[in-house]
Amino acid sequence: MNIQLPVLNSSDFASDQEVRWCPGCGDYSILAQMRKMLPSLGLPQEKIVFISGIGCSSRFPYYMNTYGMHSIHGRAPAFATGLKVSRPDLTVFVITGDGDALSIGGNHLMHCIRRNVDLNIVMFNNSIYGLTKGQYSPTSPQGHVTKSTPMGSVDYPLSPLSVAIGAEATFVARSIDFNTKHLGETLHRAAMHKGTSFVEVYQNCNVFNDGAWEYATNRDVKDDNLLVLEQGKPMIFAKDRDKGIRLNGLTPEVVSLGAGVTEDDLLFHDETAPSPHVAFMLSRMRHPEYPEPIGVFRNVQRPTLEVQIAEQVDLAKQRPGAGDLQKMFEAGETWEVEETGA
Amino acid sequence: MQLLGSQLTQASAIAGNDVATFPDFPAEIRAPRGTRAGVSGFQVQFASEEIFTPGDGLDALVAMNPAALVTNVSDLKHGGILIVDEDSFAEKDLKLAKLKASPLDTDSLEAYRLIKVGITSLTRRAVEDLGLSVKEADRCRNFFAMGLVFWLYGRSMESTLRFIDQKFKKLPSVAEANRRALNAGWNYGETTEAFATTYHIGPAKLHGGTYRNIMGNQALAWGLVTAAQRSNKTLFLGSYPITPASDILHDLSRFKGFGVQTFQAEDEIAAICSAIGAAFGGSMGVTTSSGPGIALKMEGLGLAVMLELPLLVIDIQRGGPSTGLPTKTEQADLLQVLFGRNGECPVPVIAAQSPGDCFHVAQEAWEVAVRLMTPVIILSDGYIANGAEPWRIPNVSEFPPIKIHHPTAEEVGLPFRPYERDEMLARPWVVPGTPELMHRIGGLEKEDGTGNISYDPENHQKMVHIRAQKVANAAQLAGPCQVDGPETGDLLVVSWGGTYGACMTAARQARAQGLSVAHCHLRWLNPFPTDLGDVLRRYRKVLVPELNMGQLRMLLRAKYLVDVQGYNKVKGKPFTVGELVERIQAAIVEDGQAN
Ligand code: SF4
Repeated sequence: MNIQLPVLNSSDFASDQEVRWCPGCGDYSILAQMRKMLPSLGLPQEKIVFISGIGCSSRFPYYMNTYGMHSIHGRAPAFATGLKVSRPDLTVFVITGDGDALSIGGNHLMHCIRRNVDLNIVMFNNSIYGLTKGQYSPTSPQGHVTKSTPMGSVDYPLSPLSVAIGAEATFVARSIDFNTKHLGETLHRAAMHKGTSFVEVYQNCNVFNDGAWEYATNRDVKDDNLLVLEQGKPMIFAKDRDKGIRLNGLTPEVVSLGAGVTEDDLLFHDETAPSPHVAFMLSRMRHPEYPEPIGVFRNVQRPTLEVQIAEQVDLAKQRPGAGDLQKMFEAGETWEVEETGA
Repeated sequence: MQLLGSQLTQASAIAGNDVATFPDFPAEIRAPRGTRAGVSGFQVQFASEEIFTPGDGLDALVAMNPAALVTNVSDLKHGGILIVDEDSFAEKDLKLAKLKASPLDTDSLEAYRLIKVGITSLTRRAVEDLGLSVKEADRCRNFFAMGLVFWLYGRSMESTLRFIDQKFKKLPSVAEANRRALNAGWNYGETTEAFATTYHIGPAKLHGGTYRNIMGNQALAWGLVTAAQRSNKTLFLGSYPITPASDILHDLSRFKGFGVQTFQAEDEIAAICSAIGAAFGGSMGVTTSSGPGIALKMEGLGLAVMLELPLLVIDIQRGGPSTGLPTKTEQADLLQVLFGRNGECPVPVIAAQSPGDCFHVAQEAWEVAVRLMTPVIILSDGYIANGAEPWRIPNVSEFPPIKIHHPTAEEVGLPFRPYERDEMLARPWVVPGTPELMHRIGGLEKEDGTGNISYDPENHQKMVHIRAQKVANAAQLAGPCQVDGPETGDLLVVSWGGTYGACMTAARQARAQGLSVAHCHLRWLNPFPTDLGDVLRRYRKVLVPELNMGQLRMLLRAKYLVDVQGYNKVKGKPFTVGELVERIQAAIVEDGQAN
C-alpha cells in the first residue's frame, strides 16, 4: 500500500476560531510551538486529538484544527485514557494547567502516569488561577499574595516534576513558553515517547502573576539560573559555562570549573537511567539555591496501558468459544420446559 | 448460606417450578458469626404457578443458630415448619445472640412446627473418618440442612452433587464430606419421623424452551455484551468497585473474549470520564455504580449531555443517604438521576423490573442512546441485582442488529456542522480519525448547528429546548403505557423498577377478590409514556407504592395534576404482596367505593 501523506505546515493545524487569551499571555507561544511541531510527526490532522480540562490553558483544543474535547475541571487524563484505550491508533495530547492537573485533578494525573497510558500531557505552569481571576495555585510559593491569600499563602507548594516522578512517570520534561526552540524540541520528544509523557512548561500569566518566571526568561540572568539537560553531557551551566553540578554525597552542589574541578568531576546526565533517583534529585533543584534544570529529566520504556489491555483481549479472543453469546447463555445448568400454552 | 440458597433455587428450577429469590446478607464482610448483625439469609419461593416475588411470609425456616432464629422467626407463618440446629443453642451461642434464655426452652415458638435436629453432631459423625478438623467438618453443616430441605420438598440432589464435585475438585476430602453431609440430611428426613408430611410442588406453566437461572447483575452484564455485539461495537466499561454493582465489573472483566475492555478507574469520576472518552472514540461507553458513586459522576454526566454522545450510566440502587445500607435495597435514587445535575440537564432513564429484565433493559437503553446521541441511565437495585429467576434462553441469531453509522465527509459535506440534527434531533456521531471532519466538543454552550462556543442568550434558550425535546423524543421509541387489568376502574396501581412483581401480584390478587384494580408498570421514568396522563385519569384513584418517600408520586402529581396516593416503605426490604393487597383494599374502602 502506498499512502501519499500530504505535507502539512503549521497553519494546517490552526482552527478557524479566534484565539482569546489575554494579549501577551505565554499560552500564545506554546500554541505556536505546538502547531509548528505537529507536522514533524507525519500524522494527518484527523489522527490527533487534544483533550483539556478547565482553565485558561484548557481553551487550547478549540484553536487546533484536530479533533478535540474541552472537558471538565481536572479530569482530562481520565477522558484521554478512555479514548486511548479504545482507539490506540490516535495520538492524544492532554492540555492542562497547574490548578487543573495538580489540585482538582491530582488523583487522575497520578494514576494516568503510573498506568503509562500513551498520552502527551502538557502542563502550563503559571503558578496562579488565571481563569477565575487570580487565586493562588498548588505551585504558588509560600507567602504569595493573591486575591484569596491577602496575607500571603501558607500552603507549601508542589513540585510538578517530583509528583510525576513519584507517580512512576516514564517521560518527564520541563521547558519554558518563550524559549521557543527548546519548547518545540521538548514537545516533539514528548510526542515521540511511547507511554505517558509529562511536560511542565513555565508559562507567564502577564495579568495575574506577571514575572513569576522572570529569573528563567530574562535574557540577562536566565543562563545563570537554568541548567539545560543534555543526554550524556556533563551538567554545565551559566552565561560563561563555567559552573557545573557535582554530587556531594547524596546532595548536588554548584561548583566552579577550574581550580582543580574538571568536567569529569561533574554529574553526567542520563535520562534513561532505570532508577529515577537522579531525575528526582534534579526535580528538587529550585531557584535561587540551584539553577533549575530544563529538558528531559527521565525517558524510560515500560509497557503502556492500552497495549496491555489490547493484548489481554487478543489472548482471550483466541480461547475456544470466545465471543459466542449463545454458548455463554447455555453454559452451566439448564433445563427444558415444554410449551404448556401458558 | 448464599451458596446453599442458590443451590435450592437451581434444584427447584430444574424441577420445573417458577422461582424467585431474595438473598439478604450483612454489609460487613466479616460480621461476627452468631451475632444478629452477622446473620446471612436466603429466601426462595418456588411454585407450580407463575410468580413474581420471593414471597411474603415463610412456610419453612431453617435457623442455624439463635441469632438467625430471632431475627427471622417473625416472618414465619403460623403453623410453618421451623428447623433448628439444637447443637447451636449452647450458652455461648445465646450470648452472641444477646439472649438470656434459649427460645427452645420457652413457649415462644409454640405457634410453629418446631423440629429440633442435632445438625452439628450428626454432620460431624457423618464425616468423622475423613480426617477433617472440627472446623472443616462444621462447614458441612449447611449441606446437611440442605439435604433435609431437599428431602422435605422432594428436590433432586443431582445438580447440587454435581456442583460439589465441580467446586471442590481440588479438595477431594472436602467434596466427599459435603456429599456425605447432604446425603445424611436427606436420610435423616427419610428415616426419622420428625416430619409428618413432605411436599410436592409440581412444575409451573412457563413458556416452552430451554431455561437457566439468571441473576440481575449477570443479566445486565449479558445484556450489555449482547447490545455491543448487536451494534458491532467495542464495549468499554469504566467502573469503580461499589456494592451492589461490583459484580457487573467482575462479569464484564471476564468477557474479554467478546472484545470487552474493562478499566477499573481510580475513582467514580474517572470511571465515567473514561467511558465518555471511549464514546468519543466510537466505543460503547458504559459506567456502573450505586447511589453514592452516581452522585460523584454527575458533573461528568452533565458534560456527556452537552457533548451529545451515547453512554450508559448504570445505578444499582441501595439504601441511602450517604453510605446508608449498602447491602439493602431501596428505590430512592430516582430524583437524583433525574435532577441531580446543574442546569437544565435531561437524561432518559429506564428501570429494570426483575433480574431477567436487566438483559432487555441494557439493550433498550443502548438503542435509545445511539438513536438519540444521548447518555441513558439504567436503574436497578440491590434486590434485582442479587435476586435470581428462571430465564428462557433466547436464540441469539434472532436478535436484529442495532444500526449505528459514523458519517464521512462525503456524506455530511463541508464545512462540517457537528451539531446539525436529524428528524429525532440526534447529531452525527463522527469519530476521531475521520478525514476532514475535525471538530471540537466541550462543556461550554454550543452554537446551534456549528457547535462553536456561544454565549448568545437566544441561542442558549434554543439549545436548552432542543436538548429537552430530544430526550422527550425517546417516548416515540419506548411506546405507550402497558396496563394489566381493566381499562377504567376504582384504582390504578403504578409501579416502577424492582417492585414490579409485588405490585402486579397484589393487583391481580385484589382483582381476584372482586376489586376493580389495574396495574401499570413504568419502564421509562424519563420520558414518561405520552399517554400516561390519560391513563391516570381513567381511574378514580391512583396508588404508587415505592421503596422511598414518594419520588415517582411527586413527579406524577407535578406533571399531571392527579391526586396520586403513595404507599412508601424504607426498611431496606422489598414489599410483601400481603401488605400491598391490604393497602389496595384500604385505598378503595377509604374512597367509599368498595364493591
Ligand atoms: S489570565 Fe493569565 S493565563 Fe489566562 S489568558 Fe490571561 S494572561 Fe493568560
